[in-house]
Amino acid sequence: MQRYSGLGLLKHAMSHHQNWQRVWRNPKPKASYDVIIVGGGGHGLATAYYLAKEFGITNVAVIEKGYLGGGNTARNTTIVRSNYLWDESAHLYEHSMKLWEGLSQDLNYNVMFSQRGVLNLGHSLQDMRDIQRRVNANRLNGIDGEVLDAQQVQEIVPTMDCTANRRYPVMGASWQPRGGVARHDAVAWGFARGADSLGVDLIQQCAVEGFEIEDGTVTGVKTNLYGTIKANKVGCVVAGNSGVVAGMAGFQLPIESHPLQALVSEPIKPILDTVVMSNYVHGYVSQSDKGDLVIGAGIDSYLGYGQRGSYPTIEHTVAAIIELFPIFSRVRMNRQWGGIVDTCPDACPIISKTPVENLYFNCGWGTGGFKATPGSGNVFAASLAKGEMHPLAKPFSMDRFYSGALIDEHGAAGVAH
Amino acid sequence: MFLIYCPYCEEERAEEEFHASGEAHIARPLDPDSCSDKEWGDYLFFRKNPRGIHHELWHHTVGCRKFFNITRDTQSYEIKNTYKIGEVPKGEIK
Repeated sequence: MQRYSGLGLLKHAMSHHQNWQRVWRNPKPKASYDVIIVGGGGHGLATAYYLAKEFGITNVAVIEKGYLGGGNTARNTTIVRSNYLWDESAHLYEHSMKLWEGLSQDLNYNVMFSQRGVLNLGHSLQDMRDIQRRVNANRLNGIDGEVLDAQQVQEIVPTMDCTANRRYPVMGASWQPRGGVARHDAVAWGFARGADSLGVDLIQQCAVEGFEIEDGTVTGVKTNLYGTIKANKVGCVVAGNSGVVAGMAGFQLPIESHPLQALVSEPIKPILDTVVMSNYVHGYVSQSDKGDLVIGAGIDSYLGYGQRGSYPTIEHTVAAIIELFPIFSRVRMNRQWGGIVDTCPDACPIISKTPVENLYFNCGWGTGGFKATPGSGNVFAASLAKGEMHPLAKPFSMDRFYSGALIDEHGAAGVAH
Repeated sequence: MFLIYCPYCEEERAEEEFHASGEAHIARPLDPDSCSDKEWGDYLFFRKNPRGIHHELWHHTVGCRKFFNITRDTQSYEIKNTYKIGEVPKGEIK
């Protein structure tokens, strides 16, 4: 792998940038692999990368029906934070946060991780009580967090209307300074490049259409282009399509797939240097390096696989942002899109073995999977490599929907991405 | 944006008047006391979530406030038909 550096940039400038190496190969698949990852989004690519890097398992293929990072990895609002309420999820997301903090160096690829801080606003007394409880829980788990009052919030975001006579006055917020945003495409590309250089085959434009299962054990995947490819273990990381892929293996998941929309404005001069989220008025906004406001909110209430949603949802989203930032009321929106999120009843992911032996699923991240990309890949790789679930992944087993040990993160995950 | 025919109001109304309430035709266990954990889990949490034809429960939230069913394609979003609670959809329930 060609290492990237400032000196390299200078060297290639001499030859007008004509001699850069391809970032990854485009190989034909082998007949069999130790591990096949279904789904070449951020989580799948991260899984392949950590399998190769930390566990030395390089006979791995990632099979992607479209192009790498073209699903929800390309469609999210890039927010990274780890201020979850319950121990299980706080540990998992904090594991991810720690990986984020060294990720650009680790991958030798600039993922533009910017720890500009994340505000979760409170608009009622109950909101503020919940925020205090969550921040206390975070601090006990070693996660940074502070409770701010309206005055302190106003100092951080001077352009937000924090006056008391609003319909939904800002009463305060939780503040996680280590939170922020990252460049979503770069995350997928960085993991893909890293995995490829360690020997992982990235197979694009190839759809998995079924599994080869013998005596309850998965032995390979059936593809539309290359027939059956054998594998000792298969990990599925297919987000919105998890239910469909589980159906191919003959079981159901407690997951429903919904459209989640987001939109960006025309580029404007720097005006917002942090991430603002509100569960109560239901919206979140940050400003990208290009200058566009990146805006999102809640899912469309119906099931959908169409990667688009309904207009009323966009209207509610924008209304929420204008409630917080009347100054944005004349900003024009540039693009809008939808992704298909795999929502779980308890707003927590499923990282689990399945009724089929050697078939593993990593799904159910719902509306907030981007922030977990490195951590999710890391614990899923460990689970695939060792054949038993990583300690951080154990509580997220599918069995919790039968045992009742749910991890109810609706409070911390409700609108948050 | 959907135009939804409410079988009670007998009119097409804008989507904003409605709220989707999940999969239709989920029968509550007849003898809840004897249900196993598996049966409770399946009843409460596990859904068909199909890519394609789906029978779903909708609520006419700011209209007649009645629940009714829609048969809809979750890929194309096309609404095939709507029918009242207690009625059987055209074609079999998958």
